[in-house]
Amino acid sequence: MPSHDVLIIGAGLAGQRAALAAAQTGATVAIISKVHPVRSHSVAAAGGINAALNPEDTWESHAFDTIKGSDYLGDQDAIEIMCREAPNEILWLEHAGVTFHRSETGNLGTRAFGGASAARTYYVADITGHAILHVLYEQLMKHSATVDRFEEWFTTDLLQDDEGRCNGAICRNLRNGELQVFDAKAVILACGGAGQAYKPTTNGLIVTGDGIAQAYRIGARLMDMEMIQYHPTTLAGNGLLITEGARGEGAQLFNAEGERFMEKYAPNKLELASRDVVSRAEQTEINEGRGFPDGTVALDITKVPRRRTLESLREIVNIGRDFAGVDITREPIHIHPGQHYIMGGVKTDIYGQTTIPGLYAAGEVACVSVHGGNRLGANSLLDTLIFGRRSGEHAAGQALHMPMPSTPSTRVTSTEKEIRAIINRPQGGRRLAAIKDELGETLNQYVAVFRDADGLRTAHEIVRRLKEQARSATIDDHGTVFNQDVIGAFELGYMLDCAEAIVVAAIERKESRGAQFRTDFPQRNDDEWLKHVDISVNGEDVPTVSYSPVTITRWEPQERSY
Amino acid sequence: MPQYLLKLRRYDPRSGEAAYWDEHRVDLGGRSSVLDAILKVRDEVDGSVGIRCSCQQAICGSCGVRMNGRPGLACNTHLEEAAARDFGVGWNPSEEGDEVPAGVIEVEPMGNMPVIRDLIVDMDAVHWKKIQRVSPYLINQQPVPEREYIVPHENMVDITQSMACIQCGACVSDCLSMEIDPGFIGPAALAKAYRFVGDPRDAEHHERLEDLSEDEHGIYDCTHCFNCIDACPKGVDPMSQIMRLRRRAGTDEKIVDRNNGHRHEDTIATLVRDYGLLHEAEMLPRSYGGNSWFGKFHPAAGQVLLRSLPSIVPAVLRRKVNIKIAVFGHKIPKPDLDAVKKLYAKIEGREQRVELNLYVSGFEDEPEAPPAETHGTGAPQDDGPATSPHELEAASESESS
Ligand SMILES: Cc1cc2nc3c(=O)[nH]c(=O)nc-3n(C[C@H](O)[C@H](O)[C@H](O)COP(=O)(O)OP(=O)(O)OC[C@H]3O[C@@H](n4cnc5c(N)ncnc54)[C@H](O)[C@@H]3O)c2cc1C
Ligand code: SF4
Ligand code: SF4
Ligand code: FES
Repeated sequence: MPSHDVLIIGAGLAGQRAALAAAQTGATVAIISKVHPVRSHSVAAAGGINAALNPEDTWESHAFDTIKGSDYLGDQDAIEIMCREAPNEILWLEHAGVTFHRSETGNLGTRAFGGASAARTYYVADITGHAILHVLYEQLMKHSATVDRFEEWFTTDLLQDDEGRCNGAICRNLRNGELQVFDAKAVILACGGAGQAYKPTTNGLIVTGDGIAQAYRIGARLMDMEMIQYHPTTLAGNGLLITEGARGEGAQLFNAEGERFMEKYAPNKLELASRDVVSRAEQTEINEGRGFPDGTVALDITKVPRRRTLESLREIVNIGRDFAGVDITREPIHIHPGQHYIMGGVKTDIYGQTTIPGLYAAGEVACVSVHGGNRLGANSLLDTLIFGRRSGEHAAGQALHMPMPSTPSTRVTSTEKEIRAIINRPQGGRRLAAIKDELGETLNQYVAVFRDADGLRTAHEIVRRLKEQARSATIDDHGTVFNQDVIGAFELGYMLDCAEAIVVAAIERKESRGAQFRTDFPQRNDDEWLKHVDISVNGEDVPTVSYSPVTITRWEPQERSY
Repeated sequence: MPQYLLKLRRYDPRSGEAAYWDEHRVDLGGRSSVLDAILKVRDEVDGSVGIRCSCQQAICGSCGVRMNGRPGLACNTHLEEAAARDFGVGWNPSEEGDEVPAGVIEVEPMGNMPVIRDLIVDMDAVHWKKIQRVSPYLINQQPVPEREYIVPHENMVDITQSMACIQCGACVSDCLSMEIDPGFIGPAALAKAYRFVGDPRDAEHHERLEDLSEDEHGIYDCTHCFNCIDACPKGVDPMSQIMRLRRRAGTDEKIVDRNNGHRHEDTIATLVRDYGLLHEAEMLPRSYGGNSWFGKFHPAAGQVLLRSLPSIVPAVLRRKVNIKIAVFGHKIPKPDLDAVKKLYAKIEGREQRVELNLYVSGFEDEPEAPPAETHGTGAPQDDGPATSPHELEAASESESS
């Protein structure tokens, strides 16, 4: 039975960074991932990673941009830490081998990104996430002796001792269906976001909110769940992302009348206002009839010199060609806002500790909260790395003084039973995919850029009904080797839990802030709502709402304009 | 909506049954991907179809399969494109009144790797093992600077091509050398090796190159079959990376390996320069005895010739070689030979080798209206990079990406 000081669930950027940091301290470490680590969705991050590393730039400026971007819902102590530690993190990555773009002098070079007052985004062409993820994996291969990797293992349950401390997990080896108890002194969740609860989304099929739901089910608090980021430039039809890097390089937005409409909404920052602002502007244009018939506006990348596009936006040239049949270097491409990121997640402190002792969370699964109501582009990779590292270090430090827990291996029988029950379900229920599609379309209709009480209530009713239907959804695969059907059933359950938390939080926040725009409460209301909405469950499957304060260090809330 | 006939190769190790074809008809537009079709089957008909997938945008590297005989990603291969491949996939109407499909697509697991289930192969057993083989991490130049390493922009852009590899295994699937020599380090791992050899921050270029040259399964084990270039969905062009490793090893680091790989390559280059075509009879003796006319008198050359008799004799008997060609080599017309020599003189006469790649294409921004006298892609100058023979390579690279 595997037992380790630190068990990390998830091998995207947050998980791998946590593993390397924990191993550095001498702790024994295991890292588990339901897909091979380099398939983790961090690989899709395109545009870059922020840091105030240039001598002319300051971390304070980065912090202020982030706080303003968050619509003052971000916790400023955490944001300060992230922005202060960012430059060293970039240098750490550079030394580990990331092939960052260089300026003519051979120093690190930057590009501009939305909501930022300086060009402080470091990048590798438009494969930044990919390049960083693969380099971290190189480091994991280098440190094979100190970090045990469990690749293509799926975590089904988090374990707790009698005092409620998280002390391990149950995982299924996808190759043969075997279940194992993993004992650990500390567990770090790094399972990524929950984008697949929406349809369309820029997130991969594996991004199903597993970690958020698993923590929620054992009583951890979730925070800011209503804050769902709609990215301004996703492809019509399949929802694929056109990186913000395109606008950073100079691409412009036009409505069907040929008007550069951002001049109306954000006269100073134009296309590079923060994402909630640009998405709302686009949706307003579309709703008021100035979009194209397919419900889109146009992104014109031909404004960027062709050579530059081919060198640094190559991936979206391919995406345009393969997935939309458009040569973006020659003609505008049709885009609309699409689900992209979840600012909320498992509530943590600045060391990644959740409200459950022994359980940490880092990356998109977590909510520190550095993104508040709206995440700035290129701040998420930074968040995963900084808080991944901090969680890894802190968890390893705690583990040093603890005895190794031991859960009896018979504990797997209940999970075994659960899986057998899923496999042996009578046929005749709805198909998993049908339920998932209905969920995705529901959230995309009612819990999107614009929301109101009626729509949210409808969404909640639908989610409750789908939860019921999911319990009897049809399963075709009765095998043990790579049974992706059973995994799909688990994932659907996780997405539904996340969805419910999202909807309940959105109903609760009766104001407009960041990504939450309530047409029935169109103003920001600092007097009543400058606070986080927390969601938790206690035994029963009924979400309860509570609040926690926003930490303000030195930046008092102001009116927000771009 | 056109209808495609999808034939999926299914296999469940626990069933005790052999692999079989599982046929489904899917109604989807020709620009939908093969993965879309497979997921439609999985979502609507049979949830037990096994395939790895996540991003659906050719970046996570999960969905490598063979489609109508060619390896690639299911998520960025259009149905119409896969169906158009001349693969001779048959279609037999199984029931009367079956509609004739718009196309037939056979989807199989990748080759050169054991199948775990359906379209899922064991990449750990082959692909990742080979990646481990090339010390796949930066070995830092010391001292590590306090801030970033200062590195020329061009170098970073250059290795971004091999960095663009998504470890999908498509190149490994159809590598000819690997089929014959499973020990071959292979296209993906060698492309990964170039990512360090081309990185000025790495301290062990020479050691890496020596290691990969001396290994009999190393850089000289590639047969230039181009399969990996055709297969790679990301334009990494593993074979080109291998050729670069060879140029770095043989030309720059002067590594003369025990497998005679470098000498063999040198010999071929010299023979083509001198004769305009390959002089087959001279090849082995020179590769082993030394790269000149006298090579054949070296004892090592005699030995290898003796060892090769079993293949030489049948070649003579089948008149693939005759005495005249064996002694004098092929003859090509003088102007052609001069043209070949001129090419050599031009390329060898450069002060620096020009290496183009996916990101450094040598293409300039096109002028508004191309002036009449400019040819092709608007090369800046006659001897600028865009007119080098590499241009072809660069062009094919961007096509295959
Ligand atoms: C298309 C796209 C572009 C983006 N571009 C940028 C950008 O330019 N800059 C930026 O800062 N941010 C960007 N982002 C956001 C950023 O990429 C993500 O927020 C971030 O990478 C999340 O990393 P993570 O480590 O938290 O999770 P992930 O990378 O999603 O990793 C999650 C891990 O958890 C594992 N896992 C999940 N569930 C289980 C389970 N049940 N059992 C075992 N393992 C499990 C998975 O296998 C995976 O290894 C982008 C996002 C997208 C979708
Ligand atoms: S060119 Fe070389 S490496 Fe590439 S597939 Fe052929 S033999 Fe393999
Ligand atoms: S080199 Fe290309 S084909 Fe080979 S693994 Fe990398 S991306 Fe795939
Ligand atoms: S699904 Fe990610 S590469 Fe095809």
